[in-house]
Amino acid sequence: MTRSLFDMLWDSHVAADLVGGAQLIAIDRIFLHERTGPAALNALAEAGRTVADRSRVFAVADHIVDTRPGRGDQTLMPGGQVFITELRAAAKAAGITLFDVNDPDQGIVHVISPELGIVLPGCTLIAPDSHTCTQGAFGALAWGIGSSEAEHAMATGTLRLEKPKSMRVTFAGALPPGVTPKDMILALIAAHGAAGGKGHAVEFAGAAVEAFSMEGRMTLCNMATEFSAMSGFIAPDDKTFAWLEGKRYAPKDEDWDAALAHWRTLRSDPGATFDAEIAIDTSAIQPMVSWGTSPEASVGIGGHVPDDAEARPLAYMALERGQPLKGLAIDAAFIGSCTNSRISDLRRASSLLEGKRIADGVKAICVPGSSHVKREAEAEGIDRIFLDAGFEWRESGCSMCFYAGGETFGDGVRVISSTNRNFESRQGPNVKTHIASPETVAASALAGVIADPREVH
Amino acid sequence: MPEPLTILTSLPAPMLRDNIDTDQIIPSREMKSTGKTGLADGLFAGQRYTEIGGREPRPDFVLNHPKYADTQILLSGQNFGCGSSREHAVWALAEYGICAIIAESFAPIFAGNCVRNGVLPAALARADIATIAEAEAPVTIDLSAQTIALPDGRRWAFDIGAEAKAMLLEGLDAIDLTLKNANDIAIWQKADREARPWIYLGDGT
Repeated sequence: MTRSLFDMLWDSHVAADLVGGAQLIAIDRIFLHERTGPAALNALAEAGRTVADRSRVFAVADHIVDTRPGRGDQTLMPGGQVFITELRAAAKAAGITLFDVNDPDQGIVHVISPELGIVLPGCTLIAPDSHTCTQGAFGALAWGIGSSEAEHAMATGTLRLEKPKSMRVTFAGALPPGVTPKDMILALIAAHGAAGGKGHAVEFAGAAVEAFSMEGRMTLCNMATEFSAMSGFIAPDDKTFAWLEGKRYAPKDEDWDAALAHWRTLRSDPGATFDAEIAIDTSAIQPMVSWGTSPEASVGIGGHVPDDAEARPLAYMALERGQPLKGLAIDAAFIGSCTNSRISDLRRASSLLEGKRIADGVKAICVPGSSHVKREAEAEGIDRIFLDAGFEWRESGCSMCFYAGGETFGDGVRVISSTNRNFESRQGPNVKTHIASPETVAASALAGVIADPREVH
Repeated sequence: MPEPLTILTSLPAPMLRDNIDTDQIIPSREMKSTGKTGLADGLFAGQRYTEIGGREPRPDFVLNHPKYADTQILLSGQNFGCGSSREHAVWALAEYGICAIIAESFAPIFAGNCVRNGVLPAALARADIATIAEAEAPVTIDLSAQTIALPDGRRWAFDIGAEAKAMLLEGLDAIDLTLKNANDIAIWQKADREARPWIYLGDGT
């Protein structure tokens, strides 16, 4: 019988069959952050339970930490400091590993987990964070859950699950110049809808995916949750193994050899079947930009607001049907988030910014995805390019990907953003968010209007 | 431990849009403490009040209509609860008094969070949801029978997984239930430690 990669990941973690068809799935790695982690750790302690295997549970302060230089526990979110101090206390009491605010390994959970070799091919990894699917880029089954499920996994080492349906999305053909993984995932969601993946476990495949760096693969898998998928993942290959080799928590010596032998088996059998299949012609994809308040409301950069656009997002975004996106004036630009804040994202954006200045009146911010990425960028002089162009250069964290009551761009302003969600008031009260690739954000910051990165000279 | 949910009758409040995300259900700025309570006031805050951060009700928001003051059921479109995994969205709904959501589909993390908190995510076809909304009458949800009925006798079957159904019907604590399989888990881990020693980072404590 042929098996898909998903079948392999799932079947190898079934600890027990339960009455009614659900199964107990063993969880190899759990990651918490300060926004949703304290609730899980506190509930566990209040119930008199303990973490079953402390060595496999990690926590990081990333969501509401201040990203301005010289930070401590103080955060711009009113009352936000408590989330950080409670996480610290609860992590210590539970005996789990914490990457604290000023730890050299601090950063956005889905950026640092791969940097440290915490996610591994073939493992199951969960976090009470919807973008946990990012880590599926390593051939892991990684997905977001709620605080109660995190508590369950910590207490029992398992989750109770019914096996989701499977889907394969194949990106056939090569990617045109200037088009990025972010554009590919937005193109998929625009074509098939924000519910297109409806609870499926989605394998991303095809020549374009294989050609990506690990960072590009992470960007692609990151937005599987915006497709309503349970998770997204990619078969591991030599790039995956090369990325992980020597990382702190990755296997060493003979363990590495044994792991590698196993990881090389992790790919869908030829002829494996899926509950659903989607093929995307990669050669037709343009740089994408969103116009509405769901990631599905995205079009190619040369496109316009659809003629059948609904009234509510139009009113919120202050746009009209048929209006072109290119040339629309912006107030702010943001490069960061678990989608697009890794070193290659910053390198590509900075290559457009080098020797130039952003448009007058545009507030532009770059937030590296991890402290490691920040140091690497600074060693390469990328921070200088951003600063000289007029961007702010921050400490790492989730920052203004979402508004928690602290920092924002200003009431109702229009922002072009390398993040993943353009929901109403996501980035601040009435903020109009257009999501796009870091290149498109950089090009737009320079022009002061939404701009095509392929036209920057 | 969630309350068992068996039969529920209520006038459902229609929010017939697609992709109602958890940022709408509970904005991040309304998640002010690390606890699970005190969230009902922040439910749909961006639409429910006249200004951000304020508490003056907007008369045109469905839940502010006196007719729906005691509603326990929401009606919505596809992909309800998409976006952030924040369980606060369900905690806020439950604290407000919502016991069931009838929608065309649910985001998977949100649906899981519902079940862990005794809130029923009932999936129904778009046309049937529209019919129920047009009726503007109380509906009765019978979880055992997996049916939703109008007073005039029209009745629909809804989908829900067997595991979720059992958890909701009996108000079970998932951790207690799973710990009954502690022996299965220990046996699996012993074998796995031999097969994949490299996945373990400590001695398992």
